Parts: sequence; structure tokens; C-alpha cells
Amino acid sequence: MLVAFGTLVVLLVDTIVTGWPGLGTQLITGLPSTVADEAGARPAILATLYLGAVVLLFSVPIGVLTAVYLEEYADRERWWNRVIEVNIQNLAAVPAIVYGILGLAFIVHGIGLGRVVLAGGLILTLVVLPTVVVAAREAIRAVPDSIRQGAFALGATKWQVVWRQVLPAAIPGIATGSILALSRAVGETAPLIMVGAVVYVPFNPTILGQYTALPVQIFNWTKLPDAEFRTLAAAGAIVLLVIVLTMNAVAIFLRNRYRKQW
Amino acid sequence: MEAPRIDSGRIAEVSRGLERSEVESRKSVFSVRDLSVAYRGKVALEGVDLDVHQNTVTAFIGPSGCGKSTFIRCFNRMNDLIPGAKVDGTVLYHGEDLYARDVDAVEIRRRIGMVFQKPNPFPKSIYDNVAFGPRVLGMKGSLDERVESALRQAALWEEVKDRLKDGALGLSGGQQQRLCIARALAVEPDVILMDEPASALDPISTTRIEDLMHDLKREYTIVIVTHNMQQAARVADMTAFFSVAVEDDGSGRRGILVEYDATTKIFTTPSDKRTEDYVTGRFG
Repeated sequence: MLVAFGTLVVLLVDTIVTGWPGLGTQLITGLPSTVADEAGARPAILATLYLGAVVLLFSVPIGVLTAVYLEEYADRERWWNRVIEVNIQNLAAVPAIVYGILGLAFIVHGIGLGRVVLAGGLILTLVVLPTVVVAAREAIRAVPDSIRQGAFALGATKWQVVWRQVLPAAIPGIATGSILALSRAVGETAPLIMVGAVVYVPFNPTILGQYTALPVQIFNWTKLPDAEFRTLAAAGAIVLLVIVLTMNAVAIFLRNRYRKQW
Repeated sequence: MEAPRIDSGRIAEVSRGLERSEVESRKSVFSVRDLSVAYRGKVALEGVDLDVHQNTVTAFIGPSGCGKSTFIRCFNRMNDLIPGAKVDGTVLYHGEDLYARDVDAVEIRRRIGMVFQKPNPFPKSIYDNVAFGPRVLGMKGSLDERVESALRQAALWEEVKDRLKDGALGLSGGQQQRLCIARALAVEPDVILMDEPASALDPISTTRIEDLMHDLKREYTIVIVTHNMQQAARVADMTAFFSVAVEDDGSGRRGILVEYDATTKIFTTPSDKRTEDYVTGRFG
């Protein structure tokens, strides 16, 4: 534990020391360039935010509905429900790169979406969907049965019980889980390399356009021979860290703020 | 909870209940005939026959595992929600079979409200708790008036009228339980089922709930399950004593109805030896 924590601190400090000179408005607002002094990561940062938006847009509704089905409606005696459950657990353990290959085959080429932000976002959605489902199920299960019974006893239908009592009571847990899943998605690199996040994008990305993502941009910078790019890479890593840690902080805040008293 | 012993002071309290003839002159709300309930094939309650009459308080007493809570849940079909629960026999509600194929359990629960053992307010404001029922049922008229009237009937209005928007979980246990009663009243039910409504409350809150039952029976029919015999003696007009029968063939323990009569009779001159043993504290 101590060793792990120590390593983490060393890594962090090293990154910050290396990246500090690279931090500046140029990094956040500039376009990528072959000249380290002029290079920035604005398209990458923007694309990362777009990717996050796409992930949220798809993973939360699908994940929450799946969780509602499994917790409130599915009969565990039925084999197909058990299949779904086992599959969700297994999917959570599949390496992200495998999702990348899958996405390349089915989303980029299969549906013919191409190497665009939407395709990348959909693949990241697949990567984090199991996490969202598991978190939402936990949150739904944490809503005491007495709440459901109380609502049923008033003549509410199953649908009303779920939508008006169970889900609202589970929202803090669902939000926390979703944000943690999102912060994982934002940091993913491997599947995006597979589905063609290109590295040189000298314009602001659009949902249906070519893109690069911040982790991919960082990865690329580290490969360049010019030592100054290493400073940039570290600076980019700091930006990514700030984004991810901010999201995690929001998640923790939500969890503490709405901690239930029942 | 240990069964309290009979004492002379309690007899006086019993006299608040109605005479049996008086009760039976009132319209029958529920007629239960040969009712049995099984959970996953295991019989929990068997062969119950009894009638519940309008504007009375009917209490079910008996030791743990005698099926009294199982029984009260047959009246609003809450057993439907438990996987593997099976109800046999008939429960007539104003002459209609509650378990007929075309009867909608949701409609039943609208007319037959329920208050649970542990106060279970929704994690919402006081106002939203009471308004939930009328809202989901799409009831017409002013919601504010409905909420106020329900809270008044549950003797909670004066305590909460200035903080209706506050969370219901901030109320005390006794207040929460009265809120649950108000919530049940807000949908204008015909019957209120109470499953050990005061078992989680302190004595003062318990007294308030009991007083409330006396007031409410003027407008509603009340059925209460209680572990506390003195409570049954204080509030009920009719009392049903349930017990556990252990089968000789080892097929398990099942709840049975031993005796059903006016509360005064059950607590002073019961006809069955088992009832007498229970109310005098020799058993249970």
C-alpha cells in the first residue's frame, strides 16, 4: 500500500516537474504543430470533452435501463437473465483494446461510421457500460424494499414505483458511478488508437469529424524525438489528470452530499 | 417481545370496545373463507374464516410465526409482491372476490391502505410524501387541501405545517409513522391495514397512534396486527387470536386462527384454552 502510494507520488511529482514549463495558454488553445514551441492540444482537449459527452449520452440511459430491468423486473430463475448477468460481469473484465478491435470491425467499418468522434465515443461507451450497469444496480439495490412496499400500498403501479421512488432515490449512487466510469473513458487510449483517433488534427473537431483525443495526443508526443515534446507530453498529462481528478472529486462530493439516512 | 401479563387495570380499558352484537350488526367489509397462504409450497397459514366489520377496529394477535402478518397482507394483496406466495380460499371485499382473475391489485391497494411495522416515509419532503398517492392516482381537486386534510386526520398538521418542504426523514419515529398514516389517508381509502404500527415506537408515540385509531374508526375500517396484547385490548373491538400448529407428520409449523370474538371476551372469558394461556401470559 505504502509502496504503491509512494510510487504514485513520485510519478506525480516527476510529471509535474517535467511538465510545468509546458503548461500555458499555448497548450490549451494552440493547434498541434511539428514545432514544439507552437504546439498545443486544443483539438485533443475538445475532442476528449466531446467523447465524454457521447459516452454519457449513451452509457447512462442504456446502463440505467439495464440495471432497472435486472433489479426490478428480471426473474432470476430464467436462464436468459442469468446469461445477461454473467455477461455483464465478464464484459467488465475484457481489456479495452479488444473493444477497440470490435469497434473497428462493427462501428467504424460495419456500420460505416468512419473514424469519427461519434464512433470513438460509442466504443468508449461499450468499455464503460458494464461499470455503469454495476454501479446503477448497486444504487438501486440500496433503496430499501420498504420504500417500494410503501409506494405499492398506496396503489402505485410497478412503473410508478420504479420511476417515482426507486430511481430518484438511487440517483446519487448512479451519478457517482457514472462519473467514475466517465473518468475512466476519458483516460482510455488503446481502443481509440485502434479506431483511428488520428494524431494530427489542426482544426476543432466535430462529432462526425476526424479527431484526436488527449491521451492519444500525449502518447504521440512521447514518441517524437524532440525533447521539448516530452515536456509537452507531461504538461498534457497534467491537463488530463486535472480533468479526471476533477470528475472524481465531483463524484465523491455527490456521494457524501446525498448519503442516505435510512 | 415478551407477552405482557394480565392485570386487573387492563380490564377497565377493554371496555372501550364494542359489544359483539353491535359489531356484527355493522356491514361486513371482508369475509374470509377457508384462507390458506403458502410461500414456495410451505404453508404459512391455513384454514382461516373470519369477517371484518365496517367502522370497527379488528386486531390480530398471536405469537411470532403464527401468520398474522401474512394474513393482513392478503387483504390488499401485498403477498402478490412476494415471489412464490400462493393464496387459496376466498377473501370477499364488500362481496367481491379480491382474488378473482379480473381484479386489479393496484385498484385494491388504492382502496385498502396499509401502514407498516417500521415507519417507511419516502426520502422526499413531508408534503411530497402525502401527495405521492393522490399524484400517482391522478386524483382531482386541490392537492394542498388534500395534504392538509390528511395530515390533520393523522394529528400531525400542527407539528409540521410550517415545514412541509422539509425532508420527512428528519421527523421523529412517531411523527414518521403518523406521516405514513397521513399518506395512507390521502388517497381516501375505505380500510386501513396496520401491521404492528407501533412496535418500533416509544410509549408516548404509541399512545398517540392508539388514540388516532379511535378517531379514525369513525370514518374508516381498521385492521391491526399487534404483538402487544394490551394494545389490542385498548384499541380493538374484535380480536382474533392466531397460534402455531405443529404438524405431527413433521410437515412443519403453520399458523391457524384459534378464536375470534369481541375483544372483551377474548381478554376476560376466552372459550379456548390456548387463547386463555396466551392472554394470561402462560404461553408466548
